[in-house]
Amino acid sequence: MPGADLSSFDATTVPEASMTTHKPQNEAEAACVIADAAARRIPLSILGSGTKRALGRFTQTQDVLSSAALAGITLHEPAELVIAARAGTPLAEVERKLGEARQQLPFEPMDYRALLGTSGEPTIGGVAATNLSGPRRIKSGACRDSFLGARFVNGRGEVVKSGGRVMKNVTGLDLTRLMAGAFGTLGFLTEVTFKVVPSPETQATLVLEGLSDRRAVAALSAGLGSPFEVSGAAHLPAGIGAAGARTLLRLEGFESAVGYRTKALAEALRDFSAARVLDAQESEALWREVRDVTFLVSPRDTAIWRISVAPSKAPALIDTLGAELSARWFLDWGGGLIWLACGAEGDAGALPVHEAARLEEGHALLVRAPDAVRAAVDVFQPQPEPIMKLTRAVKQSLDPAAVLEPGRIYAGV
Amino acid sequence: MSEIAFPAPDRKILARRDEIIAGLRRVLPEGGVIEKLDERRAFETDALTAYRQVPLAVVLPRSTEEVSAVMAYLHAQGVPVTPRGAGTSLSGGAIPQEDSVVVCVAKMSRVLEVDFANRVARVEAGVTNLAISAAVAHEGFFYAPDPSSQLACSIGGNIGMNSGGAHCLKYGVTTNNLLGVRLVLVDGTIVDLGGAALDAPGYDLLALVCGAEGQLGIVTEATVRILRSAEGARPVLFGFPSSEAAGAAVAAIIGDGIIPVAMEFMDAPAIRICEDFAHAGYPLDVEAMLIIEVEGSEAEMEAELGKIIAIAERHGVTVIKESKSAMETALIWKGRKSAFGATGRVADYICMDGTVPTGQLPHVLRRTSEIVASHGLRVANVFHAGDGNMHPLILYNVNDPQEQRKAEEAGADILKLCVEAGGCLTGEHGVGIEKRDLMGCQFSKADLDQQMRVRQAFDPAWLLNPAKVFPLDARS
Repeated sequence: MPGADLSSFDATTVPEASMTTHKPQNEAEAACVIADAAARRIPLSILGSGTKRALGRFTQTQDVLSSAALAGITLHEPAELVIAARAGTPLAEVERKLGEARQQLPFEPMDYRALLGTSGEPTIGGVAATNLSGPRRIKSGACRDSFLGARFVNGRGEVVKSGGRVMKNVTGLDLTRLMAGAFGTLGFLTEVTFKVVPSPETQATLVLEGLSDRRAVAALSAGLGSPFEVSGAAHLPAGIGAAGARTLLRLEGFESAVGYRTKALAEALRDFSAARVLDAQESEALWREVRDVTFLVSPRDTAIWRISVAPSKAPALIDTLGAELSARWFLDWGGGLIWLACGAEGDAGALPVHEAARLEEGHALLVRAPDAVRAAVDVFQPQPEPIMKLTRAVKQSLDPAAVLEPGRIYAGV
Repeated sequence: MSEIAFPAPDRKILARRDEIIAGLRRVLPEGGVIEKLDERRAFETDALTAYRQVPLAVVLPRSTEEVSAVMAYLHAQGVPVTPRGAGTSLSGGAIPQEDSVVVCVAKMSRVLEVDFANRVARVEAGVTNLAISAAVAHEGFFYAPDPSSQLACSIGGNIGMNSGGAHCLKYGVTTNNLLGVRLVLVDGTIVDLGGAALDAPGYDLLALVCGAEGQLGIVTEATVRILRSAEGARPVLFGFPSSEAAGAAVAAIIGDGIIPVAMEFMDAPAIRICEDFAHAGYPLDVEAMLIIEVEGSEAEMEAELGKIIAIAERHGVTVIKESKSAMETALIWKGRKSAFGATGRVADYICMDGTVPTGQLPHVLRRTSEIVASHGLRVANVFHAGDGNMHPLILYNVNDPQEQRKAEEAGADILKLCVEAGGCLTGEHGVGIEKRDLMGCQFSKADLDQQMRVRQAFDPAWLLNPAKVFPLDARS
């Protein structure tokens, strides 16, 4: 759209002087802030440390409610595969604690800082609120799949708990997973509990070279349909991180199993291409780049889209969009996740991207674009009216005064 | 006799029964409406057979559009609805009420689409759990959640209760394997939530619907993830001299970084009951037994088993018995999966379903025995040890009202114990009517009020399965 302000591209900024930032020291204080805001109908921006502030629709409020001071791991029982932490706890601290017990979060949360040009320490609450998942999502599920329990303050200023610390729990409505990906619009998370898994002893990655997008998706599909438990399946077309196209399949586990499975999988995929094997160190470094979308960080003035679709539909979708938008892209999740960079001018491709995604029964999220663009176009995929009606009713049931991060996902929600 | 109350039926609805049945006949084809008393009686209960209510009528729609037409009509008439799949709920989730119409999706039992390239299957809600695996087995795939009733239970019911099973330790429960649903809302509106893509835009309404016990809408179709089976799988029996030793071994295995695909626990009474039924070769001279299943190639299974056996030996294992053939494997699982049915041959029982942190298992097992003994009853324990999902079976005589009351009291005490130990009331069977009045033990008023407000966002008039989940006196 004309007049997009590219100067404020990297981080969303509100003039510091006019902002009030609440950093409650405990849950009760957070509840007071929200109850007060609800009584006065003053909207609050909800954030942890703000590293993903530039994700979602552009919103601007005078008052900010941050979970940064609600920090600390409250429970880690390695033998029970569970960790709980206050929402403002840095993700790095959670990962360090788990690392000491040779454990990890199953869903490999990505780090958005490079892509969004932000700084600070991502928090575990922010991970939950944005349902942040990385390449291992295809094997181990999304963030929401490991999200066992939450404490949050609703828009009435009431403290609510849902779920718990055990893996199997069907007691009552699953408000925990509802919070995942709600960007704080339904509740201010104060404490989150996650299932964890043992860290694999080692990893290796098979690299198939020179495949077209179509052949690559077929190869990834064959790999994911094999019994070898592929834990990462990405395709980097020519020009993405290297001159030639690379199709990647990651295997993780005990040393002996990874050795065997690497050979067996290479044999199973022989018809696609001969495979090269990356050792654990090379594999880890490359998958970090895939996870954090490093390949598309520059040039910084491009818009970035994240498109979710059934893997087999990805090649057709790219055929349509790639040419129309002069885009660069790569695929994760076996083809089910398309990261696409295109020009940020105009609507940053919103119309064609959403339309192409809709036609292939997928959906698109505008991850990076100037504030003015994010304020003007559909950042999240528009949904049919009956679902929007439910969306508004759910919002109303948790935040009747509409004070929690209003408009971050959809206008009026 | 019944301790659990149903809401008083709406007399005005009962009085309009003929008119409502005529209305249902107008929107459904011939044979879609069941109204004769003896035929309705087949729908009066589910697997919680101590409670029964004959519904106003039963409808058997054959398509999403028919479900939609029925819901639009009943919504306009203000008539409550009891959704039903195969009627195997252990918590009374499918038990109707006198003034409700049962909407049973059993006739919607087609597998609509199998897509191996994208590893998904789209099925109608009445398809049985096992039929999904059967439809994809020829390509070496399976559908992971495996409740013991998988031969009979429907995927619609599995979604309603967010069902689990023995193999959830590695593969997760229904909500982790469900990608989308077609849902008919209370007013007949049809919506698609999720789909073949791995994540969906906006709020995770699919997560809300899964486990909502039919209170947010009627699921008519599901898109589920299918997985490629491992190269091989082998269960091994480990006998221990005490429950504590078996529990400690479970914790040590997980602590060592090993996640077997299943770790099932049985105590001595359960072992005997299941062995008598299935002749699976279970050891009868031990106090506790673990069935641990490993997966992978021969070499991988050997390596993982080697590690597990070493840990078991450190914890005083007295018997180790590996399955040597596919037939032995089938028998071992038959014994475990028929635990409830086998128990039903020796006594009536109620089956509890609380989950506790695995570190609390020895304590909770000991207290469970004490609680049941203090009511003068017996208990057999079989459960999913890896995730702490307990299934104490309290044995009693259903024809003795006093024993039934005692069994229910003991069950309630055990569930309170699970919550106190840091766990929850139900791990995979659902709240239903059975645990409805205990919800206040686990949740505060604010917690429950919030859940009910979200529920009302979908069904403001409380027409969908209204007798369930939320204590009657907690509603405003």
